[in-house]
Amino acid sequence: SNPFEVKVNRQKFDILGRKTKNDVGLPGVSRSKAIKKRTHTLLKEYKEREKSNVFKDKRFGEYNTSITPEEKMIRRFALERQQNYGKKNIYNLNEDEELTHYGQSLAEIEKLNDVVDSDSDTEERGTLSAELTAAHFGGGGGLLRKKVSGGQQDEEEEKPKSRKELIEEMIAKSKQEKQERQTRRESALELTEKLDNDWKEIQTLMARKPPKSERKDKEVEKPKPDEYDMIVRELGFEMKAKPSERMKTEEELAKEEQARLQKLEADRLRRMRGIDEQADKKKPSHVSADDLADGFILDKDDRRLLSYKDGKINIENEEEEKEEEEEDEEGGEEDNENEEESEEESASEDEEDDAADSHSDLESDLESEEETAENKEQKRHQTNENESQNVEEVDPKREAAKSELPYTFAVPESYETFKSLLAGRTVEQQLIILERIQKCNHPSLAVGNKAKLEKLFGFLLEYIGELATLDLPELGTIDKLILPLYNLCQMFPEAASDSVKFILRDAAHDMEEVIEVKGRATFPGLDTLIYLKITSLLFPTSDFRHPVVTPAFIYMSQLLTKCRITTLQDVIKGLFICCLFVEYVSLSRRFVPELINFLLGVLHISLPKKQVQGYTVVHPFTPVGKNLELLLVCDKEDLESWQKQNLPLGIVTRLKETSRTEINHIRLSCLAMCFDLIRKCAALYESLPSFHEIMHPIRILLTQHMPVNEYPEKMQEWYHGALKELENKVRHYTPLICEKKKPVPLKQYTPKIVKVLEFGRKQASSKKEQERKQLIQRHKRELKGAIREIRKDNQFLARMQLSEIMERDSARKRKVKELLGSLATQEGEWKAMKRKKWKN
Amino acid sequence: QLPTGLYKKVLVILHDSVLPYMNEPTLMMDFLTVAYGIGGAISLLALNGLFILIHQHNLEYPDFYKKLYSLLDPSIYHVKYRARFFHLTDLFLSSSHLPAYLVAAFIKRLSRLALTAPPESLLMIIPFICNLFRRHPACKVLVHRPGGPADMSEDPYIMEEEEPSESRALESSLWEIQSLQSHYHPDVAKAAAVLNQSLSEMEDDISGLLELSGYELFDKEVKKKATDVPLEFERVRGLFGKKNDIFAEHFSLD
Repeated sequence: SNPFEVKVNRQKFDILGRKTKNDVGLPGVSRSKAIKKRTHTLLKEYKEREKSNVFKDKRFGEYNTSITPEEKMIRRFALERQQNYGKKNIYNLNEDEELTHYGQSLAEIEKLNDVVDSDSDTEERGTLSAELTAAHFGGGGGLLRKKVSGGQQDEEEEKPKSRKELIEEMIAKSKQEKQERQTRRESALELTEKLDNDWKEIQTLMARKPPKSERKDKEVEKPKPDEYDMIVRELGFEMKAKPSERMKTEEELAKEEQARLQKLEADRLRRMRGIDEQADKKKPSHVSADDLADGFILDKDDRRLLSYKDGKINIENEEEEKEEEEEDEEGGEEDNENEEESEEESASEDEEDDAADSHSDLESDLESEEETAENKEQKRHQTNENESQNVEEVDPKREAAKSELPYTFAVPESYETFKSLLAGRTVEQQLIILERIQKCNHPSLAVGNKAKLEKLFGFLLEYIGELATLDLPELGTIDKLILPLYNLCQMFPEAASDSVKFILRDAAHDMEEVIEVKGRATFPGLDTLIYLKITSLLFPTSDFRHPVVTPAFIYMSQLLTKCRITTLQDVIKGLFICCLFVEYVSLSRRFVPELINFLLGVLHISLPKKQVQGYTVVHPFTPVGKNLELLLVCDKEDLESWQKQNLPLGIVTRLKETSRTEINHIRLSCLAMCFDLIRKCAALYESLPSFHEIMHPIRILLTQHMPVNEYPEKMQEWYHGALKELENKVRHYTPLICEKKKPVPLKQYTPKIVKVLEFGRKQASSKKEQERKQLIQRHKRELKGAIREIRKDNQFLARMQLSEIMERDSARKRKVKELLGSLATQEGEWKAMKRKKWKN
Repeated sequence: QLPTGLYKKVLVILHDSVLPYMNEPTLMMDFLTVAYGIGGAISLLALNGLFILIHQHNLEYPDFYKKLYSLLDPSIYHVKYRARFFHLTDLFLSSSHLPAYLVAAFIKRLSRLALTAPPESLLMIIPFICNLFRRHPACKVLVHRPGGPADMSEDPYIMEEEEPSESRALESSLWEIQSLQSHYHPDVAKAAAVLNQSLSEMEDDISGLLELSGYELFDKEVKKKATDVPLEFERVRGLFGKKNDIFAEHFSLD
């Protein structure tokens, strides 16, 4: 355009890659645009500022640019017609009636005229019309012809035909031909129709079974297909067997299993080192073999809190009576199902065997224990039943009912129902019940089953705890219940860990409370010890950090440091925990100071009271004071007659009734256990750099204070085993050297690359801050723009007002001038007239 | 001259309920000195009053550090007044004018005793020792001795020596902390592993760790939200049914 109308915004620097939008401005154009816009909007508003009436243009599509004018017209017309529809116009005569001619609609006739039927008889109609014209208009040709044909037919045959005749003949011929053609076509049509009908009939026949006679014919025709053919056919139609993986051989299976175990072991080692603890979290979670892979996320453990109850025996009695009634009913119901029951039972037992597969030898070992446990249980029941009056009546029925169990079990909703379900059953039956509960309520069967089975784990755990707190702890039963517990744990690791944690927390909380109240704690019951043992069975204890095992570690450490040792049971419990510690760290070889302290203390209390030298015992043992010599045995005979025995676990609850000799033997067994544990610890910790410092007090005690010669030979064996393990470790110290620090890299002059969000803005700030700044900036810019626009609006309005005033003023001036002019002429005329008069 | 129970009660409140209100706190000097000499928990408690006298009333106490050194025995990690004792020890050892052999002896003795300590004390003492290293860089030979003898058959440090200067602590290395790197508690192991690297400049704040109790540790561990629970893959066969189960050797189910 005109270069004088262009304003160029000069750039200070040319920057590569920057695109500029505003390097050329057209001030004239933009100004005129703005003025135009304002005249359309602002000026209009200004002019209509005092008007309340509004002109509304309701014409259809008047301002709609998307509709073409023709369409617009059509639509408007349609609208008009719609409006008029239904309105009766009194002046409108016969508008709706159709005009006819000979009973035919005129409009139709008009239409038909245009249509040309190629197929149908145009000529015919042509002739017809010709005849008609003849008839109507009295064409002489036709009449003439008739007369001629009537009079002289014979002559005509001989005579050469006139042109007219020839034409007539031709017409007739063609007519005939045409008729023939039509008839042919009609007949063909008829025939096809008939054929169709026939075919339909036949088709229905074919679809059904052919009539008997026909079939016979066919049979005669076809020889009976022999078996070979049939088999060939069958094989042809049979689903093709898809190639599958071949059966694995024993070796391969073993190899695979080994690989799996190796992988798990590697996993365990990685966790044990705890190096990639953080990275570990991001990895996909461990998937157990029993995982359903259904993507179900565990909810929180929502089981009810149940409290332990006192007076269990009483409760059990009541419940057993209840149980008996129930069983009676069951027995009545299920008499007829006897056979099936037994089958089912054997089947499930088989399955159980499968589950335990390779441990069958162990199973047999346990069998005997189990039996004893059973016997005991039954005895217990019988004693209970003796108390209740109707022993003889109930017993036989009960025995009968015992051998039958219902097929299906619902998962018990509360611990009470769970207990009543298991109460009064033998161990095998309890196991079967548990298994059936698991089978009937497998998570894949229904939605809620998972939560239910998770609860079951808690119940089972609680049940085990209860069995352990009985006066005669049913350890055999517990032993058998471990397997279902393990299986449940494999299915629901999260819920299981929550349950175990919950129990541990309860126990720790109880201990803390006791410490706060009494200032010292006592060892917990057998149930807690069993729980700790179960923890080591269910979870890997070698992990660097484990949600269940780490708290268990801390709890056990507290037990060993905070609990007072006042009785022999305390010593046994302490040694049990020591065993637990050794087992927990047997793979990871982690250092447990409490363990060494406790073993030292145990050795200390086996010595006669005297001034300690060369070593210091630590809490909870004291160098002087009471509760010493707990493990001291002076009786020569007892020393002689001692045999190393495995301490029965139940001893921790019932020690009182044993004789003095037995107690002495137990003491010696404890001491032997202590020696053994020391030996194991020495083996575990030999790699620690300060192994000798750790073991120093124990070694001093063993070498200088132990009355070795008084001990029986067996004990001396244990003693020397421990001492040897301690002594024959090389002393090896290498000075510590720090790991080298990574050198801090020097500052480089390579350009720092920063993401550019907007040019000309400060970049050095966080993203959020940048966004905020940008927003502020944009707001400022918009505000400025708005102010500018308002100012321009005002200027425009003022200009308009001014021009209005000027216009008005000029009009007034003009009018005044006119008036003055007219007045002047009037005056002039008047004066002229006056002068004339004067002259006249 | 007082029964131990009363002694303890008096000493517990002495420093903030008695000494500030006395016209002449120096009168308590003899009482505190005697109490300090008794040993055990009473000495630990007397330390607080004594500190006030030394700090605010110009008490000269000969062989104070030697006495403090001799107070260190395994029970310090187990007693109730652990927090108070370590708070004061931290104060006493905060002076940068202490000779290196003394601090090294303290470090060595504390870490030797730490071999019998429960985890809650260990979590406190390891940062404590780290702080000592930061204050006294001369002691860093304990954790970093590049040109030393390759192999030693004995730890040169003499534990039984009463005199810190005679204990040859500076010739030793901190093997105890290295042993604690394989402690069963993950946090202790991590804290001990800090000494493998060169230390940061900033001192750790141990005031929050002084009062740590075992139950708190347990609670913290239990309340952690576990995302993933690894399971034991070895199938169980019974309560004592693990491979080489120790329990099977010593206990029987009966």
